[in-house]
Amino acid sequence: MSKKKSTENYQKTFAFHFFSWLHGEKDPYLGNVEMQPQKEYETDPEMVLRHEKEHDAIMDKVYDTQHNVQLRLFHSLYEITSILFCLFLMALLLVTISYLPATGVAEKPVNNEVAARYIENGLEETGAINIVAGMILDYRAFDTLGESHVLFVATITVLILLRLDKNKKGEINPLTKDMNPNDRIYEPKNDAILRLVASFLVPIIIIFGIYIILNGHLGPGGGFSGGAVIGAGLILYLNAFGFEKTERFFTEKTYKWICFFSLSFYCLAKSYSFFTGANHLHSIIPNGTPGAILSGGLILPLNIAVGLVVACTMYAFYAMFRKGGF
Amino acid sequence: MGPNLFVNYGEAVAAILFCIGFTNLLLQTNLIKKIIGLNIMDSAIYLFLAEKGYIAGRAAPIVTNGVTSAEAYINPIPSGLVLTGIVVSVSVSALMLSLTIRLYVRYHTLNLDEIAAQLKKEGK
Repeated sequence: MSKKKSTENYQKTFAFHFFSWLHGEKDPYLGNVEMQPQKEYETDPEMVLRHEKEHDAIMDKVYDTQHNVQLRLFHSLYEITSILFCLFLMALLLVTISYLPATGVAEKPVNNEVAARYIENGLEETGAINIVAGMILDYRAFDTLGESHVLFVATITVLILLRLDKNKKGEINPLTKDMNPNDRIYEPKNDAILRLVASFLVPIIIIFGIYIILNGHLGPGGGFSGGAVIGAGLILYLNAFGFEKTERFFTEKTYKWICFFSLSFYCLAKSYSFFTGANHLHSIIPNGTPGAILSGGLILPLNIAVGLVVACTMYAFYAMFRKGGF
Repeated sequence: MGPNLFVNYGEAVAAILFCIGFTNLLLQTNLIKKIIGLNIMDSAIYLFLAEKGYIAGRAAPIVTNGVTSAEAYINPIPSGLVLTGIVVSVSVSALMLSLTIRLYVRYHTLNLDEIAAQLKKEGK
């Protein structure tokens, strides 16, 4: 006996219905369910207004700092807790300090063999009389490279945040349109006293800064302090004579190239020095006689590079805070 | 209490300054004053480091008359650390002040509570 079913019988089975539904030939709900077109959602303007009003009222109530009791309670609780926490922190720190070794005594764990080695071999190994300069620009030079890069990155971030950028059509960015586009209007014009004093002081300040940078390995000073002094001189010059004068020699492009050359020179020079030092190769950089201005190996050029970066950064910070650009 | 609180008076002053700065940071609502508080904390750290490196009766670590003995100079390492700290502090201050300027341009106030309230009202 054949198991074949006739077409009529087959059409009654569950399998037929299932496969026809599966292949999309038949919608099982068609004809069985009452169907209506979807209604358009109607916004009731009164309801919307009421909701907005309620929302605003709640918001006003929540953020009304004078009358919201909970908020006021929270504020006073916050103040009391923070004062208590600070007093606790102060007590904790003072108790800790009372157990620290006495100040000014040589025999304590801080003055270990590292410091002794820097002092005893520093002059011989780095050629710098100033041991701190020898330490930060020779033994720990990558640390100083990181510092210079921190300054550079900070300048770039400030530039991103404060720049008054214009798009191609010359329209000012809506984000910055409230900022004063140019502070030049408020500059003191022809301030005789300031100009006279600045024309005396600026050359002296800048020469003093250069002296500090060049003597970084011979005495107190170095790239960071000298660069800050030069930056201060540039800021004084800018205040006395305005942006028209400074823009002749210091623009965004100048900043870019000075920083690029200084940082990459620092990086390459110190990489060479570390490479030869680590592999016990002969370095072509002489240490010179201690005390001469051309001594100390790489410390003098590195001081100059750091000083340039710091001076430019100081001036750039001021110019950007003043008018949002160089 | 340990025995050295009054001998370490410089470090104690540094700790008190640190806490003053920290209180400023917590209690001030004005953003500029908060930044000033952070800078006071930075200064306290420099004072602490300088006190750590100091040794009574010794000279600054600059070789004079060719004396290269560890008994003649103070510890040079904290001085280098203070230098690092100053540079980072300058950068952080500049960054925070520029962010403050942007906030002021956007919300026309320096009060942090008002800025937060406006933010909440905008539904963000």
